[in-house]
Amino acid sequence: MSAPDMADAWRPSEEELARRQQRRARNRKNAAIASISSILVLGTLIVILVTSPGWISLRDTFFKWAYGVEILPKVLLGFGTNVTLTLIAGTSVAILGLGLALIRTSRSPALTPFRFLATVYVDVFRGIPMLLVILLVGFGIPALQIPGVTNSVLILGTIAVIITYTAYVTEVIRSGILTVHPSQRAAARSLGLSHFQTLRHVVLPQALKRVTPPLLNDLVALIKDTGLISILGVTDAVRAAQIQTAKSFNYTPYVVAALIFLAVTIPLTRYTDRALRRSMEAQNAQGSA
Amino acid sequence: MSALLSVKNVRKTFGDEIVLADISFEVKDHSATVFIGASGSGKSTLLRCINLLEQIDDGVMSLDGQEITAVDVDPDQVRRRLGMVFQSFNLFPHMSVIKNITLAPIQVHGIPKEVAYEKALALLDRFGLREKADQYPDRLSGGQQQRVAIIRSLACGPRLLLLDEITSALDPVLVNEVLVTVRDLKNDGMTMVIATHEMGFAKQVADQLCYLHQGRILERGTAAEVIDDPKEPETKEFLARVHSAGRL
Ligand SMILES: Nc1ncnc2c1ncn2[C@@H]1O[C@H](COP(=O)(O)OP(=O)(O)OP(=O)(O)O)[C@@H](O)[C@H]1O
Ligand SMILES: [Mg+2]
Repeated sequence: MSAPDMADAWRPSEEELARRQQRRARNRKNAAIASISSILVLGTLIVILVTSPGWISLRDTFFKWAYGVEILPKVLLGFGTNVTLTLIAGTSVAILGLGLALIRTSRSPALTPFRFLATVYVDVFRGIPMLLVILLVGFGIPALQIPGVTNSVLILGTIAVIITYTAYVTEVIRSGILTVHPSQRAAARSLGLSHFQTLRHVVLPQALKRVTPPLLNDLVALIKDTGLISILGVTDAVRAAQIQTAKSFNYTPYVVAALIFLAVTIPLTRYTDRALRRSMEAQNAQGSA
Repeated sequence: MSALLSVKNVRKTFGDEIVLADISFEVKDHSATVFIGASGSGKSTLLRCINLLEQIDDGVMSLDGQEITAVDVDPDQVRRRLGMVFQSFNLFPHMSVIKNITLAPIQVHGIPKEVAYEKALALLDRFGLREKADQYPDRLSGGQQQRVAIIRSLACGPRLLLLDEITSALDPVLVNEVLVTVRDLKNDGMTMVIATHEMGFAKQVADQLCYLHQGRILERGTAAEVIDDPKEPETKEFLARVHSAGRL
């Protein structure tokens, strides 16, 4: 907190000025060392790669940039499907996961059967590879030929992704709810807040804040995993790249697809790291208070 | 005058452990009842039972003439008339001071936001914490946090305040500012039930002092009677131990 009325004539002492000077010098030196070592290591790696005997054929098979630019629009169009799917699935998973986490942590006797079902659901779908769930839902349900039920692989694939991710997210949110100390509930209840008000104003805000970093992690994983529904024949970025590769026997489209995924996931991962660090700092501050 | 709070033959067990064996006492309006006793003697449990945070195993309690231990009583309704302050403050860390204080008035009592804020600011002002209104709890000293917790419990205008060892988590230097606050409330006529280890403070505020031992009120009377002239050997021994710990 600044105090504007502090008109005392404080000036840094000789020692402080010297210290600042030294700190600046040290920072400059550290930055120089970091740059030089990075250039050396990366440069060496590039030289080794480029001078290796297979480099030319590797470059022509995976990194044919002119071809990459040519097929970019098609792969980007496919990536639109991944983005849409992520948005729809992400929203559904957030809502369903929150609901199931609330059911799993409730103690109301009326919810006992739901609590049991939620536990079974989570255990089952956390234990099955998502690819299997996608195959079961995407190919299995149309095979039943139930009238009125969709055969769209896009919709069925999305549902499969939602089913699997809801199981993960339920557990993340539930663990967040459990880490809110019981004394917080006691304080809220002693103020006359009902069970629901306590949940809404006291428990959930603290729980969700704590699980934001792991949930962001799951979001990154979700974006990547939407690529798995290409197995059903949905034309997403992965499938679009596959089609191009099959035509040309050149693998550059796959690399292009990978780069598109990275363009989205890397910033998100960086952001998640920052959120995690901030949340840990906040908790440390609380612990020391 | 009939009692504001009446507790009759209350019993509370946790598994095999009898924490409260047979507790009876009455609290008159505008009076302070203080409980002293060794750690584990059941002081916190008693206050939690009064607040219906724990379900008692036997006995009857009434508040303002209404039996609050009846099965069909809504605990939320009872708690709205009680304020409770905890040893560990239990402020909500994700809310600013003013939000902590106005949460219950707005959400539980349906008081308009502006009115609730105005009242909260007036209370903060009174206890010298006005400039902390927008701070988060982790930026306050322990004593300040505890005073905010007291203000929070006052904001709904409780009939009775339950204070559970509200100074035990504080440095000796900070204890005093909190005790001064409680003394002010006592002078305002607030009715209180207090559990404490601070004998000097107990002497200052208690109209009625109870020594709790193995789930029973072993000795009761004015603070001077119990602390300065204890009758029971257990009370004497307890006070001697408190004395040697420098708390008297
Ligand atoms: N939820 C609980 N489950 C089981 N036992 C409990 C529970 N709460 C309290 N107890 C037991 O009840 C006894 C009384 O505890 P209580 O917290 O009321 O004591 P206290 O007088 O407040 O002690 P202190 O001065 O240390 O705060 C203790 O032996 C404690 O272990
Ligand atoms: Mg206690």
